[in-house]
Amino acid sequence: MKKISESTRSSFINYSIILVFFLVFQCLLSMGKLSSSFSGQLIPICAYIVMALSLNLVVGISGELSLGHAGFMSVGAFSGVVVATSLQGTVEASPLRLLIAMVMGALIAALAGTIIGIPVLRLRGDYLAIVTLAFGEIIKNVLNCLYVGVDNHGLHFSMKDANAMGMEADGTVIINGPMGALGIQKLSTFVSGILLVFVVLFVIQNLVNSRSGRAVQAIRDNRIAAESCGLNITKYKLMAFVTSAAMAGAAGALYALNYSTVVPKKFDFNTSILILVFVVLGGIGNLRGSIIAAAVLTVLPEMLRQFQDYRMLVYAIVLILIMICTNNQKAKEILAKFGSVFSRKKVAEEDK
Amino acid sequence: MLNYLINGISLGSVYAIIALGYTMVYGIAMMLNFAHGDVIMVGGYMAFCATSYMGWPAIPSVLFSIFICTILGIVIERLAYKPLRNATSLAVLITAIGVSYFLQNAALLIWSSNPKAFPNMVTLPTLVIGDLQISSVTLVTILACIVIMVALTLFTGKTKMGKAMRAVSEDKDAAQLMGINVNATISLTFAIGSGLAAIAGVLLCSAYPTLMPTTGAMPGIKAFTAAVFGGIGSIPGAMLGGILLGIIEIFGKAYISTQLSDAIVFAVLIIVLIVKPTGLLGKKVNEKV
Amino acid sequence: MSEKEKAGCPVLEVFRLGIDFGGLTAVDDFNMVIHASEIAGLIGPNGAGKTTVFNLLTKVYQPTRGKILLDGKDTSGMNTIQVNKAGIARTFQNIRLFDKLSVEDNVKIGLHNHTKYGMWSGIFRLPKYWSEEKRIHNEALELLSIFDMQDLANATAGSLPYGAQRRLEIVRALATEPKLLLLDEPAAGMNPSETAELMENIRKIRDKFQIAVLLIEHDMSLVMGICENIAVLNFGKIIAQGNPSQIQSNPQVIEAYLGKKKEV
Repeated sequence: MKKISESTRSSFINYSIILVFFLVFQCLLSMGKLSSSFSGQLIPICAYIVMALSLNLVVGISGELSLGHAGFMSVGAFSGVVVATSLQGTVEASPLRLLIAMVMGALIAALAGTIIGIPVLRLRGDYLAIVTLAFGEIIKNVLNCLYVGVDNHGLHFSMKDANAMGMEADGTVIINGPMGALGIQKLSTFVSGILLVFVVLFVIQNLVNSRSGRAVQAIRDNRIAAESCGLNITKYKLMAFVTSAAMAGAAGALYALNYSTVVPKKFDFNTSILILVFVVLGGIGNLRGSIIAAAVLTVLPEMLRQFQDYRMLVYAIVLILIMICTNNQKAKEILAKFGSVFSRKKVAEEDK
Repeated sequence: MLNYLINGISLGSVYAIIALGYTMVYGIAMMLNFAHGDVIMVGGYMAFCATSYMGWPAIPSVLFSIFICTILGIVIERLAYKPLRNATSLAVLITAIGVSYFLQNAALLIWSSNPKAFPNMVTLPTLVIGDLQISSVTLVTILACIVIMVALTLFTGKTKMGKAMRAVSEDKDAAQLMGINVNATISLTFAIGSGLAAIAGVLLCSAYPTLMPTTGAMPGIKAFTAAVFGGIGSIPGAMLGGILLGIIEIFGKAYISTQLSDAIVFAVLIIVLIVKPTGLLGKKVNEKV
Repeated sequence: MSEKEKAGCPVLEVFRLGIDFGGLTAVDDFNMVIHASEIAGLIGPNGAGKTTVFNLLTKVYQPTRGKILLDGKDTSGMNTIQVNKAGIARTFQNIRLFDKLSVEDNVKIGLHNHTKYGMWSGIFRLPKYWSEEKRIHNEALELLSIFDMQDLANATAGSLPYGAQRRLEIVRALATEPKLLLLDEPAAGMNPSETAELMENIRKIRDKFQIAVLLIEHDMSLVMGICENIAVLNFGKIIAQGNPSQIQSNPQVIEAYLGKKKEV
């Protein structure tokens, strides 16, 4: 039973990291020691950690490159906003409303994931990647033309403009095409964000160490051998993809309900790439790496403020250098030879 | 109708030229060069600087732009991609994204985010045939695309370097054993791809004369899908995919919805890939069991 | 059907099996019968189409012609997954393990379709998860013990030495509870003493699990030592079939092999 205890230990370290992260920042927050720009980052950090973890399920555990993960975040964000706004009168308690919004965001994103996954997962490698990219762009494009409003009669939809929804005069426009969702009531809290991270971490870690998760990893390692062991390839690939989409949807709802306005353009190709960068830098298949990379890289642009205009340039250079240092054999050797204990550890971890 | 078709072919020609860069690099280095779209942008800015700041005429400006982008392509390959020759494709992809960020943000620092009005490079009269009006830019774009296509086909088919390129894309190790300088061949591919990107940048900015640091991003993504659409790795495929994509986009804009035109383009791509998983002209590679 | 009744019915019957790739006929008119608990061999020069036969039997390739009966049941229309569930398991010439998973997990994948709990039990760690995981853990160790590999259970499959990887592939195939086990060059890369040990183990497996084995092998000492029936394939066609002594004295077989030796 050594193997099980090992993976369990690793899981508990991950839970502890999140717990410590929460306690430290909750204390700082309540003592008022955090700058407003930093405390404003806490909920997005949680959302991005969830995004990175869920993308790692597809890229690391299932071994498929997805370039449209932000699309699911977007679906979750806007359906979450619609649900939260339309329940404003009926469900009083805002935590409950947030919960319903996140669950609905997850469900609708899972639906989108199923619709996309069935055709997409028949493709392989780079072709699969490009189709996920295409779907991400389609989702953005369609949401750009989507108008949703609510009045006494319920929800109204249109793909043309706000007036075409035919709402009563007292109705509210929830999603206004390219302007996005306006006047969102802020429901997300740091606590709810941390709870979501816990739930997602729990699901992924337990899934990976179970029958289904093992099957997903086996298919990643060797598709033909997996088939010859009687594994249903499509079923398990789809399972990982849809689970990941649902998590991204919940993260989207959390993210959107933290702001008063959200535009569809926020969840474009660049966001998908940003999340992929978290996953790759954190180590593909390495959940702890995803958590740390997502948290650090979300605040990094803030910390690079002293470079002012140069900060994104510096970010780009750092990114390239990290990739070269962690993937080039010569660079690895040099790091191992002259590097400090830290770099030694890092190389060892990359090798794993 | 015919006007739309010609506009479509013209836009498609630009996509095709960009897609060639993607496809050649993919064929040889097996990597998705995400920074390719940003080389287009650099090409646009170089031509802009040559004409607007230095007052050069059109043709030297274009040549200057091609020259700079060719150098840029080689430098990028040497500094960022070559150290990762044996790394996983995902690591290379992220590096390419880093290069893309770098180019965009460098352009942002140098030229700011304000759009620049791109000077009219093609000062020929508009061609009028009956009701049909074809602007000189359109005509030049289509011609350029045909010339490039023919030249590339001849290059890869007839010349020694072109054959070396094909050999490297078939099997790097075998090519090396046959005495082909693989590194030089890869550099050459990047050089040609980036030179083409410069031409595409000039043509793109002539047709849509606003120049921003993000100008190359969307055409880059679309040309990339065009390359996949036609079957990535295949030169005629990139041409075909680019032109079809341009036509679909223009017709989608004209007859269905302006806002949804991108969605239509991507939807067609998805349908094609589902029906033919390796693109229109792509080779099917079976895994040996 | 009880085990006794089944004894008379062959595990595998293949009639006039063939496949064309484009215009090229890779395998043609391939006939074979394997009885329960029989160890059969498939030999032939390189490129004769032996692995293609395995790929046809496991439906990695769909045959162009012919019929495959498994336990009397026609397998046409089945895919690789269904064929495995119906009772054919295999190993691969170029080893195909789940490299990043542990040795034990590789075997557990073999046991996948005999593990009875779903995704939700797995996520929420319901009692079913614990009981089933415990059961397959023990079962995996027991299977590994056939090759004395139980101590390697926690090692990463990709890090094993070559011979151990080949043995693990056999264990994984066995875990799917097949009626027929296909071994593609199980002794490749092994030294004579390892080969002899493998031979013993193949016999042991046959006796313990009461399954039929069909193996492709170039090592004649192994083939002649344990196969009760041998088919010789050359250019996609069977040129001889029979017991080891019949094969050894068959002039066509000698020609096929000596002819090849001349080329080399």
